[in-house]
Amino acid sequence: MLGYAGKFLEVDLSQANFRDVVLDNELLKDYVGGRGLAAKILCDRLIHKWEEVDPLGPDNILLFLPGPLTGFFPGGRVCVSGKSPQSNGVVGSTVGGEFGVELRCAGYDGVIVTGQAEKPVYLFIKDFDVEIRDASNIWGKDAKETNTLLNKECRRLLSERYSRYGEWKEPAKLYIGPAGENKVRTAVVAAKWTHAAGYGGYGAVMGSKKLKAIAVKGTGPLPEVADLEKIKQMIKAVNRNAYDNVLWRRWGTGGGGYTFAAKTSSEPVRNWQEEWHNKKSYGVDQFENRVWVKQSWSDFGCPTNCLKISLVKSGKFKGAITDNPDYELQAYLGPNLGLFTPEENVFMSSLIDDLGLCGIQTGNLLGFAAELFQRGVLSKDDLDGIELKWGDAEAFANLAKKIALREGIGDLLAEGTYRAAVKIGKMKGKEVLQYAVQSKGIGIGAHGIRSGRDFSTDIGYACSVQCGDHTSTTDLPIDGYGSEVWKVFDDSAVCCMFNTFGLGENFTFRFYNAVTGLGLTRKNWARGGGLKTLQMQRALLLLGGPDLKWNPKVDDDNPSRFYEPLPSGPCKGKAADKASVRESVQKYYQQAGWDESGIPKSETLEKLKLEYVDKALMKLRN
Amino acid sequence: MAEKNEPIWIARDLSKCSGCRKCEIACSLHHENRIWPEASRIRVFMLVPGADFPHLCTQCENYPCVKACPFEALSVSKKTSAVLVNNEKCTACGKCIEACPGRIPHVHPANKKIIICDLCNGDPQCTKVCQEGGWGVLKTVERGEHPYKLYARTPEETTRNLATKLYGEKAEEFL
Repeated sequence: MLGYAGKFLEVDLSQANFRDVVLDNELLKDYVGGRGLAAKILCDRLIHKWEEVDPLGPDNILLFLPGPLTGFFPGGRVCVSGKSPQSNGVVGSTVGGEFGVELRCAGYDGVIVTGQAEKPVYLFIKDFDVEIRDASNIWGKDAKETNTLLNKECRRLLSERYSRYGEWKEPAKLYIGPAGENKVRTAVVAAKWTHAAGYGGYGAVMGSKKLKAIAVKGTGPLPEVADLEKIKQMIKAVNRNAYDNVLWRRWGTGGGGYTFAAKTSSEPVRNWQEEWHNKKSYGVDQFENRVWVKQSWSDFGCPTNCLKISLVKSGKFKGAITDNPDYELQAYLGPNLGLFTPEENVFMSSLIDDLGLCGIQTGNLLGFAAELFQRGVLSKDDLDGIELKWGDAEAFANLAKKIALREGIGDLLAEGTYRAAVKIGKMKGKEVLQYAVQSKGIGIGAHGIRSGRDFSTDIGYACSVQCGDHTSTTDLPIDGYGSEVWKVFDDSAVCCMFNTFGLGENFTFRFYNAVTGLGLTRKNWARGGGLKTLQMQRALLLLGGPDLKWNPKVDDDNPSRFYEPLPSGPCKGKAADKASVRESVQKYYQQAGWDESGIPKSETLEKLKLEYVDKALMKLRN
Repeated sequence: MAEKNEPIWIARDLSKCSGCRKCEIACSLHHENRIWPEASRIRVFMLVPGADFPHLCTQCENYPCVKACPFEALSVSKKTSAVLVNNEKCTACGKCIEACPGRIPHVHPANKKIIICDLCNGDPQCTKVCQEGGWGVLKTVERGEHPYKLYARTPEETTRNLATKLYGEKAEEFL
C-alpha cells in the first residue's frame, strides 16, 4: 500500500526470536497507523483476556508504531502503546524524533514486542538485519549515558560490518532510564535525552520486558507515495505557516510557564491549590536570557523548532542540561512544586530526563506528596527524612531519585499518584484521593479547566479515553472541533499536532490522501476509523484489571480539586460545576453511542462491525 | 548568490544547526526524487543531542579525494568547483573516504557508488531551505580564496567542537 513500508517487525523476547508480519491493507486503511492500529492490534490479540493481562507482565504487548505521515509531514514522531500501567487501558503516546523515520527507512511500519527477556537486552535494527543484543553494560545507566553508549556501540558495529560505507550517522534510539528499569509507573520511553512518550507509562512496560532500548538505522528511502509533487507543496505550506508564526518559533511552548498562570489561570501551582501566579522571575524572557543556549532545536523536517536547549551556567545547579523546558515541564517541575526560577526548573527537568521519569506524571506525584506533607498526612519520617517543602528543589530531587530507584517511600510513590493515594489512604486510615489531581490513573496535563480560559472544557479529561492526557482531551459534539476523534487521527497518521495549527481542519486528511492515494474525509474518519479507535480504547479502559477497575459513575469525572473555587487571581472563585459536568458527561455518552453507565452499546459496536468488542463488554453490562 | 558558471561554495555556520534535516530532505528530493536521508549528499549528524550539524563536502583546495581515486572516477567541475563522481568508473573502494580529512564521502545505499555533494550544478537546494527557515547554517557564496579544507573534519571532531561550545567542559561526559 502506498505510504507504507509493507511489513511490521514482531519480536518475541521470551523466545528471543523475531519475524515479519504483514497486515491486511483493509486494516491499515481503517486504522491508519500509530494509535488507531495500536488499539486494533491490542483488541484483536488481548481483549478476550484483557482483565488478566498485567501491564508489567510478559503478556502485555508493547508497540512502536509510526504512521503513513511520519517522515513526510514536517516534524517526525512515533507512537508508543500497549496496555497502560497507569490507566490499565490503552494510550497512544507519541514522542518526537527520528525513530519513526529511521524505522520506515529500514523497511518497517512498526515494531511489535511480546514476551519478556531473561536478561537486559536491546534491539538493534539495521534495515532488515535485526539483532537482540545484550544490554548488561547499559542497564542502570541514565538517559544521557545510555544515549552515548548506544551511539558508540552501534556505530562501531556498523563500521565493522560495513567498513567501506563511510561514516555512519548515529541510529535513532528509544530507550528507558533507571525508572523504566525499575518499573516505575511514571517512567517514559525516551529519545534524544529530553524527548519522551510519557502518558501511559510505557517506560515501565519496556523495563518489565527487560528491553533497555531499540536502536534503528534505515538506509532506504521513505515509502513510495501517491503524489509526491503535492506532498512537496504541502510541506511548503506547513513551512510558510510556521515561518510566519515568529514568536511561536522563538519561544515554543516556553512562554507558557508565565502566561498560563498570569493570563489564563490554568497552571498547576502547589498541586493545583492555585492555578494563578504572577512571578515575573518565571517569564519566557528569563528562560531566554538566562538558560537557553540554543534557540532552535528540531525533530525531522520540523520548521517550528519549538525546542530550545537549556544549560545552567552558574550557581548550585550549574551543569544541568535539558530542553526548554517545554510548558508542561515548566509548570509541573516549577510552580507546581513552588519553584519559580528557570535554574531550578532546568535542574529538576534535567534530573527527571536522566532518571527516565515523566515530568508531567512525576511532577504531579511530587506535588501530591508535598501537599500531603503540607497537611501533615505524610511526615518527615514517612518521607525517609526529606522535608518536602514547597520551593525546595533539592528535596524534590531527592524524592524523585527515590521514586526512580524505588527506594523507601519511593517504592510506594513509584505506583503513581492514584495508586499511591489509595495506598496512603489505607496506611493512614484517612481519605487522600481528593488531593490526587488525576483522572483514571493519569495525572492531569498542566491545563486546568476552572478558569474556562484554557483549551480544555469541563469534560475534556473526564470523557477522554486517554484520561488526564492534555494532548487528547475531548469535547461535545463528538464530531466537533474539540473532539478527541481528531487527536486520534494525528496520533495514528502519526504527525505533530503543533505543525498542524492554522492550516485548516482538512489539511492533515489531504496530506494523508496525497501520501496514500486514498480519499479519506473528516466525516469518514469521525464515523469510521476514528470512532472505532475511540470505542476500542473505551472498551479496554473499562475492562481494566488486574489490579484496578474504573467505575464510570465515579471515575468519568474531574479530580475533586477542580470543584474547589480558585483561591487567587483574576478568576478567583471560579470552579467546575458538578451538575453541569454530570449533564455533559451523559450527553457525551449519548453522542458516543454509550449507555447511561458509559459502556459502549451493542448497537453502536455492531454498526462499526466491532462485535467481538461487544462480546467482551457483556460482562460489564448488568 | 553567485552568478552562473562561477565557482561557488556553501558557507557554513554549524553551531546554528537546529537538526531539522530539511537540507537532507531537499538534497534527496533533488537527486533521488525521494525523501531518503541516507542517500542525501548532505547528512546531519547528532552524536550529541543539541550538537547537530550538517556534514558535506567542502571542496578542499587540493582535492585529496580526487587524487586518491585509483580509477580516475572523481573529477572537479570547472563550472562549480564541485567533486563529480563518474559512476561507471567508481568501484566504491573507499580510497576517497580515507583520503578525505573529514571522511565525508559515503556510499549510496542502493547503487553502491560513492556520493559527494555536487553543489546541485551551481544551484544548491540545501542552502535554499536553510535560508528560507532563517537558520542561516548554509549559504551559497562565491568561491574566493578561503581555507576550505578547515571545514573537512570528521563527525567526531566537529561534534567535540560544537558540544564544547554549547555545554562547556560538561561536553566531555558525552563524547
